[in-house]
Amino acid sequence: MATHNLKHALFCAIVTVVIAYPILGLDLVAQGTQIGLEGATPTTIISIFLAAGIVFLFQLFRDNIMGNLGKLPKLNPLSGREPMPAEKRAKVEAWVLTGIIVLALFWPFVVSRGAVDLATLVLIYIMLALGLNVVVGLAGLLDLGYVAFYAVGAYTFALLYQYFGFTFWMALPIGALLAATFGMVLGFPVLRLRGDYLAIVTLGFGEIIRILLNNWTAVTGGPNGIGGIPDPTLFGMEFGRRVKEEGNTSFHETFGIAYSGEHKVIFLYLIALVLAVITALVIRRLMRMPVGRAWEALREDEIAARSLGLSRTAVKLSAFTIGAFFAGFAGTVFASKQGFISPESFVFLESAIILAIVVLGGMGSQIGVILAAVAVTILPELAREFSDFRMLVFGAAMVLMMVWRPQGLMPMRRIPIALKRQE
Amino acid sequence: MLEVQDLSMRFGGLLAVDGVSLDVQNHEIVSVIGPNGAGKTTVFNCVSGFYKPTGGKILFEGKEVQGKPDYKISRLGMVRTFQHVRLFGQMSVVENLLVAQHRHLNTNLLSGLLKTPDYRSREKRSLDKAAYWLERVGLLELANREAGNLAYGQQRRLEIARCMVTEPKLLMLDEPAAGLNPAETNDLNQLIMSLKEDYNVSVLLIEHDMSLVMDISDRITVINQGRPLASGTPDDVRQNDDVIKAYLGEA
Amino acid sequence: MQDLLYFSQQLVNGLTIGSTYALIAIGYTMVYGIIGMINFAHGEIYMIGAYTALIAITGLATLGIAWLPVILLVALICAVIVSSSMGWAVERVAYRPVRGRHRLIPLISAIGMSIFLQNYVHLAQGSRNIGFPALIDGGFRFGAPESFQLSLSYMQITIFITTLVCMTLLSLFISRSRIGRACRAVSQDLGMANLLGIDTNRIISATFVIGASLAAVAGLLLGMYYGSVDPLFGFIAGLKAFTAAVLGGIGSIPGAMLGGLILGVSESMTSGYLSGEYKDVVSFSLLILILLFKPTGLLGKPEVEKI
Repeated sequence: MATHNLKHALFCAIVTVVIAYPILGLDLVAQGTQIGLEGATPTTIISIFLAAGIVFLFQLFRDNIMGNLGKLPKLNPLSGREPMPAEKRAKVEAWVLTGIIVLALFWPFVVSRGAVDLATLVLIYIMLALGLNVVVGLAGLLDLGYVAFYAVGAYTFALLYQYFGFTFWMALPIGALLAATFGMVLGFPVLRLRGDYLAIVTLGFGEIIRILLNNWTAVTGGPNGIGGIPDPTLFGMEFGRRVKEEGNTSFHETFGIAYSGEHKVIFLYLIALVLAVITALVIRRLMRMPVGRAWEALREDEIAARSLGLSRTAVKLSAFTIGAFFAGFAGTVFASKQGFISPESFVFLESAIILAIVVLGGMGSQIGVILAAVAVTILPELAREFSDFRMLVFGAAMVLMMVWRPQGLMPMRRIPIALKRQE
Repeated sequence: MLEVQDLSMRFGGLLAVDGVSLDVQNHEIVSVIGPNGAGKTTVFNCVSGFYKPTGGKILFEGKEVQGKPDYKISRLGMVRTFQHVRLFGQMSVVENLLVAQHRHLNTNLLSGLLKTPDYRSREKRSLDKAAYWLERVGLLELANREAGNLAYGQQRRLEIARCMVTEPKLLMLDEPAAGLNPAETNDLNQLIMSLKEDYNVSVLLIEHDMSLVMDISDRITVINQGRPLASGTPDDVRQNDDVIKAYLGEA
Repeated sequence: MQDLLYFSQQLVNGLTIGSTYALIAIGYTMVYGIIGMINFAHGEIYMIGAYTALIAITGLATLGIAWLPVILLVALICAVIVSSSMGWAVERVAYRPVRGRHRLIPLISAIGMSIFLQNYVHLAQGSRNIGFPALIDGGFRFGAPESFQLSLSYMQITIFITTLVCMTLLSLFISRSRIGRACRAVSQDLGMANLLGIDTNRIISATFVIGASLAAVAGLLLGMYYGSVDPLFGFIAGLKAFTAAVLGGIGSIPGAMLGGLILGVSESMTSGYLSGEYKDVVSFSLLILILLFKPTGLLGKPEVEKI
């Protein structure tokens, strides 16, 4: 056993050096028009060999280490207590949620503008993740091109404003409905596809949309995007320093207060909050309705679902359509927040991030997904100095989560249903 | 009720089913038996719409249904179970039964979101029906447990309850007794009989457990290597030479 | 005559690029055939092969070695070693622990690995693209100098020949060698292969290593052909290669070759006759069409769903 481990450990250590040294240890640097090779700093080289050493030791003593890890006491302070009865739990949850929402309503007035801006971004990602959760978490359909619907929502607003002068409120429902339509359009070709094939086709769909946006310069502005997207108004009151559209008044003048850039940021945040809450509540309701149960049945066992009369077409299409609808919401808010959109914001990486949020949060579980969205959006901001490493850590975290805890941070719980005994 | 005429199913070079005919009348239990690999499940798959047969006719209540897709056939009143239990494992027991009643519920999104009276009454009715059948198969206490966590015998019963909740006319059971111990098989026996007697459901059954088959069947069809071998009452089949040879091999 | 030359040029270009897609596609198709998952990180393995080759070439240049065959050979060997090791490591770290779980989990793990590797190289070598010396240049030219000339470069010929050689070697390996036979057994029935005493883990690792080696070869060839490398170019190449694999029938090695060539030619025709911008759209549309009408691909076996 020990010798076998030794060979294996040695091999792993060598592999570590092989994959690390050339790429990390030797830098390609431009020397004039030529390329030269430079050895890396001693720190890097030492780290490489240190890593190899760690790998070696780990593999050598792997059985011991894994055994001891298993024996560690479970770090769950709540274990041992009885789980709460269903009704009490529902009540506690309702109070906690109400408390959070109230907090969320009043919080922006006391913090900095940057924080509120970030919070709006978090809410956008929450909407996106909840929408994708319907497709991936509930219906079990691997959609890797979700960002396309996000783009449809954003570009709809931008284009409607550019060509027809539509306001935020007018564009919001149209953007969502158009995104939903695209969702249905995507649904058709993938009806008969399973698992990985479906994933690739949806990925292709997302890429096609992005390429079209990038190249149809006449309409979409191409890589330069579309700018000048307006902020939402409140009953005709604009939040800028000076009124842009005729017929509108300005918010600060109407209320006799000094202009502040914060007003429009907070207003947009509140709109995003309302939309996010609507998204969460509507989806929560749908989950308890026949359509939601049909989604889960499709995920669990498509063949059994078909054998009970569920139409695969109808169920898949409804999942795509409804999921895409909420991406449309998010897109409209995003366009307004940025004031400017370009195809750069709608690359595959975005789809991957949103998917990672859903999986990390626990597929199907709305609360888990919301928490994950918050974490994924906020943590990189907190660790600004490490922003270079952000994506590296993100990728590693995805792998780690899948290996260690694939059911997500908060796996979905079934809602208990009370049944009466039939006489 | 069900009439299968000269059914054949070809997969590339393999002729899995060749000229099988059978019928199921109202209020009867018909069993399909045969050695392993005889093509019994393939027949089921053709009848229930999961495969498109390459030849023959299938008539349900006088109308041709061969080639129709699976979910449409299910809606006509023919539901089936599977050789390997196919439950919605991560959904609760009662949710499995609610999903099955999809057709009878108000699936209009707006009605559901607004909780209209029609929506609510239909939901209540489906809950009552679910409760009724859970009690009937003895799973009421486990209503909120994840279906995947049930014991094997319980899962089998749940599968049957799930079928019954759709108010079928014909129930197709694929090896329902597989893996059950004698006591459970006896219970299953009683259950299937009562389904026929009390709920006026006809049953088409694939089974290997001969005691069950002989006990409850009104008629039996024997298939061997995709071809029909014999057909008739249990007594007829029991004494048929060809059947004996097929099961035991040449003497 | 003009038109014929132009058409032939697109054909030649298409077959060239198609061969490289085929080389990368083999990695996808073998892995999918054996463990039923899409190795999203495969494109990055190809990219790492290209980078390693470039590093080796630069290193040799610094040492003053100028003999072309030696440079190419050393670059090839280095690329293959590093890529194979990377492929092996990725399988052990990100795929083996999650094998057999619900579909989404290996997929997310693969995507995470892909993101990790892209950024690994990005951080180590910078994100701008770095020039790759065109070590093999020159070629044939057909046609009058005043009008359009068909050019068939030595590089292109090298690519054809290398791909052909690799494919032949691989086919021989799969059909004749013990490991090859084991590969085929495992791809047909993992459980059974296990029961027969085949060390399926080692075979799966071997599959990854073989795919990675071919990707490394492609990396060297394409690096020279295109003249530059950057950390993100593996992703799109990977997608195209996967499309090629699906086109030809996933799990089928000759299918990967055929799919690669078809994809390469259609891209180049689109580029030549419509617009270079839309060639990616053509690739994806081709993928969608194939999956709609013949999901098992051109050379794939029709799958019957077992109920």
